[in-house]
Amino acid sequence: MSEAAVDHAAPLVGVDGLVDDWTADKQTYHVPWGKAMMWIFLVSDTFIFTCFLTSYLHVRLSTTQPWPPQSEIFALSFGGDPIPLILIAIMTFILITSSGTMALAVNFGYRRDKIKTFWLMCATAAFGASFVGMQVFEWSKLIEEGVRPWTNPFGAPQFGSVFFMITGFHGLHVSAGVIYLLVVAFKVKAGHYEKKGYEIVEITGLYWHFVDLVWVFIFAFFYLL
Amino acid sequence: MSSEVGQQHPLGIYYKIWTLLFVLSACSYAVDFFEVQGGLRWTLVILFMLLKAGFIVSVFMHVMWERLALIFTILGPPVVLLLLIGFMVIEANYVSGTRYQYMGHDTDAVALGPNDLHGEGHGAEEEH
Repeated sequence: MSEAAVDHAAPLVGVDGLVDDWTADKQTYHVPWGKAMMWIFLVSDTFIFTCFLTSYLHVRLSTTQPWPPQSEIFALSFGGDPIPLILIAIMTFILITSSGTMALAVNFGYRRDKIKTFWLMCATAAFGASFVGMQVFEWSKLIEEGVRPWTNPFGAPQFGSVFFMITGFHGLHVSAGVIYLLVVAFKVKAGHYEKKGYEIVEITGLYWHFVDLVWVFIFAFFYLL
Repeated sequence: MSSEVGQQHPLGIYYKIWTLLFVLSACSYAVDFFEVQGGLRWTLVILFMLLKAGFIVSVFMHVMWERLALIFTILGPPVVLLLLIGFMVIEANYVSGTRYQYMGHDTDAVALGPNDLHGEGHGAEEEH
C-alpha cells in the first residue's frame, strides 16, 4: 500500500507534465519499456523511408527524361479494358483492412480475450501475406516488361531503381511483420502473456500500423503523383 | 496489474476510423481514376494522404492518448526531415538546370506506357 502511494501519485499533464517528465529524477516515459523501444525504432525507420522518398524526389526532379506514366504501367485488365492502378488500389485496401483487424486485436488483447486476439492477429498476418503476394506479382510483371534498376522501356531510367528500392524495402517490412505477428499470435494462444500482460500485442500493432503508414506515403508520392 | 495501464478504448472509435480510412483511400484512387491533373491533383492527393496518416498515427497507434513526453519524442525528430526535403528540392532543381544547360534537352522525348510498347506498336513491327 505504501509503495502504491509513492509510485502512483497522479503525474502532471500538459506542458507541466512534459517539463516534470524530463527534469525530475525519474522515469521519462510512462509506458512499458518495450513500447518505448518500439517507438524509437519506428522513429529511426521513419528516417530510412524518408531518405528513400527524398532520393526519389531528387532523381525525379533532376532527370531530363520524362517520368513513366505510373497509372498505365500499374494498370490491370480483367478481361476488358485495363483499369488504371487497380492492383495498387486493391493492395492499399488490403493493408487498411489489416490495420483495422490489428487495432481490434490490440483491444481484445487488453480484454484478455485470447482466442479473438489470436484469430484477429492471424487475419492480419493473412492480409499481410496476400499483400506481399500481390507485390511479387507486380514485380514479376514489371521485370517481364523489361524494367530493371538501371533501365526501363517507358521513360526515365531512374524509375526502375526507385521502384525496386522503395517497394522492395517496404515489402521486406511487411514480410517481417507477418512473421512477427504469427510468432506473437501463437504465444498469445499458448497463454505466454497471461502473467506479463498484453502490451506485446499493442507493440506488435504499432509496428504493423507503421508499415501501413509508410504505404500511405508510397501510394501518394510514387503511384499517384 | 501491468495490463490495466495499457491503451483501452471503446471499439466504436476503431470502426469509425477504419471506415474513414477506406473512404479516404477510395477518394485518392478516384483522383487517379477520373484523371484529375495539375495543382488540384497534388492538393487532393496530399490532403487525403495527410488525413490518412494523421488518423493512423493518432488513433490506431494511440498517439492522441499518450503523454506529451512521448508524443514529442515521436513527432519531434521527423520535423528535421522537412529541412532535408527542402534542401533536396533546391539541389535537384540546380542539378536539372545544369543538365539542361550542358547536356541539352530533347523536347520531343515522351514517356511511353505498356500499350505503346506491346499494343499497336508490336503489330506495326511485324508488318514491316
